[in-house]
Amino acid sequence: MMKPLAQCCLFALAVLLATPAAAQTIAPAPVVPPAATPTPNEGLSVTVSDDSAWASLGVHIPAFATNQDVPTSATGGTTARLGRGIAEVITGDLKNNGLFKPVGPNALPAIGFAEVGAPKFADWSARGAEMLVQGGVAANGNGNLTITCALFDVSLQQKLVSASWDVAPAEWRRAAHKCADKVYARLSGESPFFDSRIAYIAETGPKNHRMKRLAIMDSDGANHRFITTGQAMALTPRFSPDYKKIVYLSYLNGMPRIYVYDVDSATQRLVAETKSPTFAPRWSPDGKWILYSMAQAGNTNIYRVSAAGGTSQQLTDTPGINIGGSYSPDGKKIVFESDRSGSQQVYVMNADGSDQHRISFFGGRAATPEWSPRGDLIAFTHIGGNLRVAVMGTDGSGMRYLTNSWQDEAPTWAPNGRIIQFFRTEANSGKSTIWQVDLTGRNERRLPTPVDGSDPAWGPVRD
Amino acid sequence: MAQSHVIRFGGAAMLALALSACGAKPPKELPPEPGSNVSTTVSTTDTQTAPVNQTVAGSPADFTAQMMGRDTIHFALDKYNIDPVAGSALQGQAAWLLKYPLRHATIEGHADERGTRDYNLALGERRATAAKNFLVSLGVAADRLTTVSYGKERPVDTASTEEAWAKNRRAVTVVVE
Repeated sequence: MMKPLAQCCLFALAVLLATPAAAQTIAPAPVVPPAATPTPNEGLSVTVSDDSAWASLGVHIPAFATNQDVPTSATGGTTARLGRGIAEVITGDLKNNGLFKPVGPNALPAIGFAEVGAPKFADWSARGAEMLVQGGVAANGNGNLTITCALFDVSLQQKLVSASWDVAPAEWRRAAHKCADKVYARLSGESPFFDSRIAYIAETGPKNHRMKRLAIMDSDGANHRFITTGQAMALTPRFSPDYKKIVYLSYLNGMPRIYVYDVDSATQRLVAETKSPTFAPRWSPDGKWILYSMAQAGNTNIYRVSAAGGTSQQLTDTPGINIGGSYSPDGKKIVFESDRSGSQQVYVMNADGSDQHRISFFGGRAATPEWSPRGDLIAFTHIGGNLRVAVMGTDGSGMRYLTNSWQDEAPTWAPNGRIIQFFRTEANSGKSTIWQVDLTGRNERRLPTPVDGSDPAWGPVRD
Repeated sequence: MAQSHVIRFGGAAMLALALSACGAKPPKELPPEPGSNVSTTVSTTDTQTAPVNQTVAGSPADFTAQMMGRDTIHFALDKYNIDPVAGSALQGQAAWLLKYPLRHATIEGHADERGTRDYNLALGERRATAAKNFLVSLGVAADRLTTVSYGKERPVDTASTEEAWAKNRRAVTVVVE
């Protein structure tokens, strides 16, 4: 289980990364200039050292070396500057989940290109490094970059995992995230999640007239891009599993409706042609279905429709408000919210709407349930005075809080089911910010965004 | 109760008309709205305090002026039922809407900030629908009334206090231009 990943997989990965055309349309040149892009290091970081033995693991990440310092078309600059940038991205990724104590390139000596595969273990050991991440950046004749990455155990003087990617210059950050994913997965035994993207709502303006725009960014806040202009209020986005579409709520023409936005063509269509308002869209894990909620005559019920369009199927049919909904990872069950008992509580049903039963019985109200991609937990908003993010088992047992603030809501999961994102609203000012917390609840940090943010939704790890 | 309200409504209407007629220029001769028996030749009085504000009878501004705040009704926490105060306000709205049968209105439903975003959108819709159903029960044609929910996204009072939240749990009737 803890063995290095098979090289055949790495080769397949390299082939996929070598065809960046599709990915480039998802991640075009950042709107925010690199200098203004907030670095992940700026977030509040609460690191605990007593969590487990490897929580204090010292991971040293010197600047990636280059065989020849040449200009590239990447925003990061020359290959030498990219080498430093890559090491900084990896450092930020590993630092921000609270599990490691990485030392980045600014505090470390540079390495030579020949050293990449043969570290000076004695030197690193003398500096107190337990783990070492080294790599190289080489410019290819075709304009692409070959980025190599390796993780070494300094005391064992052994390579634990390595990989290399042939990427277009604009994709250099993805290679850094892939490298961080390799290190994270190898050292924690968990699934990777850094090479992923986030859709959210960017908020500006006064509390009584906030502008709310659909926006997307990488998992560390880079490559930020606004999708909508803000003329129509946008809310509650969700990336499709293949990142090609985003479902979200828009007040286009003054009517709140769910649209399916196509990222490549920048066009959108209504999820359902209806005279009634539609809310709270969600994808099925395979991307074939969209769940949404529709209000009719004051009651709100949950429907599903094929992502390709067509006739909707009503899944709930009770007086009151049935809303939201999140599929189990196998697509067989849906957890949702209903006030049919008198207040918001969490229910589970089969994907066809059968066997609806309540699972939350711990007092207060329970809202916005989201099934973990690992299948074991449900994250939700607990309302008992304050709004707090909490998790429970899929049968409602073992409820525990992860946050304790005035108003934290709308948790969504990182692709590996270990980190939860949510948004936090300040009393009075209404200022909203995006936060991440791990399942211990002890490692909490703010995700930097160019403006205020809400409704964060993580997409899966990219191919 | 209904009768007393109609009397009050009538008083407000006369006052508004009186104020609307207090401009520097003589009031324009306007074609009467269908169903309107109100004469436009109201004597000018109290020219010292009246604003220069010519409100056209049957216009959205006229509705707002005549309702005097009763274009908005309020709800208890997490509730959508129409209480007697809200019912009285809706009767005033219905009287105006019945008087100007060509006018359409949108009822905007809102929630306070102490709930989740999705649920509050549905709750706002539920409140707007409750107001609409009440107006329909008073004889306003359903196809003249549309609803829209803004959930907790458009507070009228931006403070985070019980008092502000009570103001924000509301349904506002807006006559369409």
